[in-house]
Amino acid sequence: MTLAEGVQLVAFGILVLMMVGSALGVVLLENIVYSAFLLGGVFISMAGMYILLNAGFVAAAQILVYVGAVNVLILFGIMLVNKRQPFAPVSQAWIGKVATGGVCAGLFSLLTASVLNTPWAISSETPIGEQAIVEIGKHFFTDYLLPFELASVLLLMALIGAIVLARREFIPDTEPGEPETEALQLPERPRELVSSTPVGDGDR
Amino acid sequence: MQLEYFLLTAAALFCIGVYGLVTSRNVIRVLMSIELMLNAVNLNLMAFSNYLDPVGINGQVFAVFVISIAAAEAAVGLAIVLSIYRNRDTVDMEQFNLLKW
Repeated sequence: MTLAEGVQLVAFGILVLMMVGSALGVVLLENIVYSAFLLGGVFISMAGMYILLNAGFVAAAQILVYVGAVNVLILFGIMLVNKRQPFAPVSQAWIGKVATGGVCAGLFSLLTASVLNTPWAISSETPIGEQAIVEIGKHFFTDYLLPFELASVLLLMALIGAIVLARREFIPDTEPGEPETEALQLPERPRELVSSTPVGDGDR
Repeated sequence: MQLEYFLLTAAALFCIGVYGLVTSRNVIRVLMSIELMLNAVNLNLMAFSNYLDPVGINGQVFAVFVISIAAAEAAVGLAIVLSIYRNRDTVDMEQFNLLKW
């Protein structure tokens, strides 16, 4: 990175503010759609941090995969599961929130202490910067070849698994007297009757 | 710029993710919290790659793997959410107790 030290520091500060603010919004905001868009903000500021860390290729991959695929997938999920239901209040839910907040604060202080007290073996070599993409390619096709191929198999499995899981498995209701179309007479597995809890009409 | 700044940022992001994972009622928000935690791990890997191993950059390779696994996880997770939503007609985490007792 050829930026001056001060520029890097200011950019880092802005990115940290963006990232932590958006992350808090993701977790704390009531509206789930706002949360999804703020998640995109987290991903973009994360890509900026990768650029500060001399990793342009991974920053591009981050934007392509996270903002372009995962975030859009989550938005589609929100659209498909769009149910504005008021959640039934759990008794004494604040105890869980306070306990979780305490545990998270403790975890953060623990991590802070261990980060600050560890003598890091900082390397004095200059980062390879733009040559990183060549180096990543070499890694992928030499010493990380097996994980690379396994990742492709795993992506295929996830693709098929997602299709199988999300496929509609029941025959939609038809009006009485209306003849069923041929597509609905194809053999399909019946919908499994899970003991679904009755939900009031107050949704949506 | 120092390594510790990035590590502390990643720790903060991870803790926010843990908090969201435990306290959220909405399933989609739980998935988003998991993404936050994966991103925190990625930031750690990239920081170590830049400061401790700037020529070998094994950390960047690991980060690319984590990104691909996270994409697969998000796809399967959302498919499971859709399937549960069709069966239970809710997105409330408190009512997903099929395997609980």
